Amino acid sequence: MTASPQPSGRSFPGSGLAKGLAVTLRTMTKKTVTAQYPETQPDLPPRTRGVIGLFEENCTVCMLCARECPDWCIYIDSHKETVPPAAPGGRERSRNVLDRFAIDFSLCMYCGICIEVCPFDALFWSPEFEYAETDIRDLTHERDKLRDWMWTVPAPPALVPAAEEPKEYAAARKSADRTAAQQAAEAATAARPEPTRPEPARPEPTQPKPDRPEDGDAR
Amino acid sequence: MNDVLDVALRLLVLLVAFLVLPLVVGQAEHKTMAHMQGRLGPMYAGGFHGWAQLMADGVKFVQKEDIVPAEADRRVFQLAPAVALLPYLLVLAVLPVGPGESGSGVHVDAGVFFVLAVMGVGVLGSLMGGWASANKYSLLGGLRTAAQLLAYELPMLLAAASVAMAAGTVSLSGILDGFQWWWLPWQIVGAVVFFVAGLAELQRPPFDMPVADSEIIFGAYTEYTGLRFAFFLLAEYAGIVILCGLTTVLFLGGWHGPWGGDGLGWVWTLLKTAVLAFVVIWLRVSFPRMREDQLQELAWTILVPLALAQIALTGIVKVAIQ
Repeated sequence: MTASPQPSGRSFPGSGLAKGLAVTLRTMTKKTVTAQYPETQPDLPPRTRGVIGLFEENCTVCMLCARECPDWCIYIDSHKETVPPAAPGGRERSRNVLDRFAIDFSLCMYCGICIEVCPFDALFWSPEFEYAETDIRDLTHERDKLRDWMWTVPAPPALVPAAEEPKEYAAARKSADRTAAQQAAEAATAARPEPTRPEPARPEPTQPKPDRPEDGDAR
Repeated sequence: MNDVLDVALRLLVLLVAFLVLPLVVGQAEHKTMAHMQGRLGPMYAGGFHGWAQLMADGVKFVQKEDIVPAEADRRVFQLAPAVALLPYLLVLAVLPVGPGESGSGVHVDAGVFFVLAVMGVGVLGSLMGGWASANKYSLLGGLRTAAQLLAYELPMLLAAASVAMAAGTVSLSGILDGFQWWWLPWQIVGAVVFFVAGLAELQRPPFDMPVADSEIIFGAYTEYTGLRFAFFLLAEYAGIVILCGLTTVLFLGGWHGPWGGDGLGWVWTLLKTAVLAFVVIWLRVSFPRMREDQLQELAWTILVPLALAQIALTGIVKVAIQ
């Protein structure tokens, strides 16, 4: 229309206008990108960072996640328990027991550092995202809720065909082999008529050693 | 008695058309614009693809408080929306939809004159609103409206005069009676000039400098709320219907069509009007707003010479035929 310098040298007057019209017309015939969210669920990639699930059996209360969290949105309470020695004459062990594990999703910025830093694979991303609340305090998810999110965590992606076998496989196979050998041995002993086999000595409660330090917390 | 019934029926049809057609255009704009931008547009109101969106908007507008600014020229301010809307109703009444005497609501001999004069009054609504609002943005919008009206009324009149010359009459139905298919290429330049000038007069994008919402809020309509604001919006869409209908009647042969008898003439008129309305929406989606000086330049240096050339061509061909 108005004489404006054409960047591409000399072109037919009005060709720019026609090009603009063509773009809008072409867009109109294409499928729209709008997602009708509440009616249709979004097609999210499986590794979407929706919510964090806790697999609390793996948690050792090492507190790494809570310490690394930039928002300080992870709350962990625990206490120590003493477990009897596994073998007779062994030493008593102390173990951390999780009392509370909560993530405040009103503070969480979904950076995923807690999941990256967890050495025992107790935290996982879940693609679930519909947990809006009308009260901000309800966004603090306690451990039962975090456990529920765990069930929505998708299976890990398959390894590429030429990949090295994961270490977990070897460990699992080793333990399975050991169990199988043990069962075979037991079956063999059961089959052989061996009358009195001494019962394995029940681990007696050993005397607590007075000089044992209370797990580095001795005063 | 029969006459009374006839008049009542015509008035009813006219009123229904005046209330429905702008809303249809508005809804079409919502949806077309959305799809041209890769969106869906309204999807909820009314259930099926948001067909009742504009009715819902209307209900919302009715509920709003009608505010008149303290410093405003009260009477003029309140009158302006009606001045903007009613002329289009009058034009719709004389627009011949089908062939013959019964094809239009009212038969007016000097149809072209009447229509163009009354359409010019419609713009007066914006001027009144702009001046009476006592708001600098409204005033700027009003003045830009005035400048635009001044610049684009001339090419519009010249283009319409060209058709009137070709038909040898200023009656709208007379022009349609004389229409031949080869008028289309003959008057095509005039048609484009008329359509573009009409768009500018309606202040539709890309000629929406007077209401440029990103720089002068909403031009002359800045201070309006509620139903009066809705009237201005309705006037814009009624204006689209009228402009497209008028272009159809003057340049595209109105109820003439390759198929169907005279009984189906109104279908052709509506169809052509709808296609033109789509073009109006299409232009709005595709082009950015023109600057004020570009607007004036387009009118005075391109449209007016083109319209004059069209008149010269019309005259030459007319003389050659005779």
